[in-house]
Amino acid sequence: MRTKALPISSGTAVHPRAAVPFSGDTRAVLTARALHNRMFARKSAFLTLAGLLVVSVFAFLLALRAGSLDAAWGDVFAVLGGQVDGTLGVVIRELRLPRAVAAFTSGGLLALSGALMQVLLRNPLADPYVLGISGGAAVGALSAILLGAATWLIDGAAFAGAALAMLVVFGLSRGDGSWTQTRLLLTGVIVAAGCGAVVVFMLVMATDTRVQSMLFWLTGDVSGASRPWPALAVLVAGLLATLPFARDLNVLARGELSARALGVRTKRLRLLVYLLASLLTATAVTLVGLVGFVGLIVPHLVRLATGNDQRILLPASALAGGAMLTLADTAARTLVAPIQLPVGVLTAMIGVPVFLFLLVRHPR
Amino acid sequence: MKTDATPLLEADNLAVQIGERWICCDLSMRLMPGERLVLLGPNGAGKTTLLHALAGLREVQRGEVRLQGRALAEWPGRELAQVRGVQPQSQPDWFAATVMETALVGRHPHLGRWAWESGDDVRIAHEALICMGLDHMGERNILTLSGGERQRLAIASLLAQQPDLYLLDEPLSHLDLHYQVAVLAHFSALAQGGAGVVMVLHDLNLAARFADHVVLLDGSGKMVCGTADEVLQADVLSAAFGHPLRRHVIEGQVAFLLE
Repeated sequence: MRTKALPISSGTAVHPRAAVPFSGDTRAVLTARALHNRMFARKSAFLTLAGLLVVSVFAFLLALRAGSLDAAWGDVFAVLGGQVDGTLGVVIRELRLPRAVAAFTSGGLLALSGALMQVLLRNPLADPYVLGISGGAAVGALSAILLGAATWLIDGAAFAGAALAMLVVFGLSRGDGSWTQTRLLLTGVIVAAGCGAVVVFMLVMATDTRVQSMLFWLTGDVSGASRPWPALAVLVAGLLATLPFARDLNVLARGELSARALGVRTKRLRLLVYLLASLLTATAVTLVGLVGFVGLIVPHLVRLATGNDQRILLPASALAGGAMLTLADTAARTLVAPIQLPVGVLTAMIGVPVFLFLLVRHPR
Repeated sequence: MKTDATPLLEADNLAVQIGERWICCDLSMRLMPGERLVLLGPNGAGKTTLLHALAGLREVQRGEVRLQGRALAEWPGRELAQVRGVQPQSQPDWFAATVMETALVGRHPHLGRWAWESGDDVRIAHEALICMGLDHMGERNILTLSGGERQRLAIASLLAQQPDLYLLDEPLSHLDLHYQVAVLAHFSALAQGGAGVVMVLHDLNLAARFADHVVLLDGSGKMVCGTADEVLQADVLSAAFGHPLRRHVIEGQVAFLLE
């Protein structure tokens, strides 16, 4: 067993500015400043996390209040407290509450999954859909719609399609036992492209009325999600599951080899992250269809605010994604009421310029 | 050299293969605390592969590597990372992080699953940054660093890990003359303090300055190992690198000149 660490330096500083060696005092001041900077950065990251929690709660309450039937904050709190009075109470509890939960949950799921995919693939352009899971879900859901299946069957088919795509990509990408990011990414992109072709084929074959609901599914739509609670449980469980190995992910972000050299069991970790991110994505697309850009944009926005420490980034992404999609959905159903926009269109319209702005600001 | 103590790193009849090609067939060596080993050889000879095998980062086909008398395979990953540190060849970074955060990654094996980096960890990382002349840019984004700065940061991160055995893959690449010499001097000082150092190097003159022992791979599976004086001879090196060299001793320093 190890007893003491060898010192880093032998006391002979080697860099040019130390040709005149530091006096003990200067060194202590510099170290104290580094310590202060570090602790300040951590504190502000935690503050951001707390701020996101407040924003999430606000977005959620706003989603319960806003709509064609005017509600006061008092009505919202009354319903949350269990008092359901009149039409307004029923609208809040039966329509707005499940919808707000669905929006928050799917936003959180997508953002968390996106953050995980970005670390897994070490690629800032990765998103929850990059590995073909969305394509599989789309083929499943659209087949069910094409056959005129009931809503729960569409959900089931979407999840089955997602799971199937996940297994195919996973199976093919580790065909010879190696498991590189590039191989995984390429396999996912190809499977997604294949699914895309099938989707277009089904759109062409379908009758007009069904094409309408297919398009709604493909752009993402929160209004149909009436039973969002199991998905919320998946989000909470998934987030909790990431916490024990969040620091391992920080090391993995430095590269596979460095991570192994630092004692991280990368094979197991990457498999775990892959399965978890896939499950989160499958749950989200089953709930609301293909809502785009949340999973790509939100982790990047959060990273700008908190840095790339996964211990902060993962919970912050889940909160920010949830808040963003809840706000977007509230806007989607109130901006041009009584017409309801598909929320996926709105997130894309916000997401594309924001992302382009980020790319221009950070050329790398 | 003390012979009664347990060697820090020991290889017995080691055979390493990439695909169909043998890197080395029967390597036996011992590295005591305080000793410096340099791996030399032409491009593609398998220096990195051998370094990874010695670090326990890849399977070996035959033989065994022992660290402090215990076979590498028997070390749990985290405990191993507390005792031996590896600086791999540099990889591109994709995500922004500060220099300090990156140096702190080296503290990973010393932290429990739920622990956050403590003030002591920050002090150790800062000390490592001072050693590599990066302490004034602790809050800089690593994506803005130059190649040499990134290389020094990788070394600082390794220093923050505080292992007993350092394995470095071309640590001097991208470094200017001053830092090449300074990094070697730093690891020599660490060796004097009882650490073991294994390095892949390209520059024969720097290798001659630094090495106690040398393993020279020639790319065909053959190798020469021994003390620096034994291996760093003109005829041996000329044969391995396929170019005639001449060895001179100038004011006590060994220097190689190309013919």
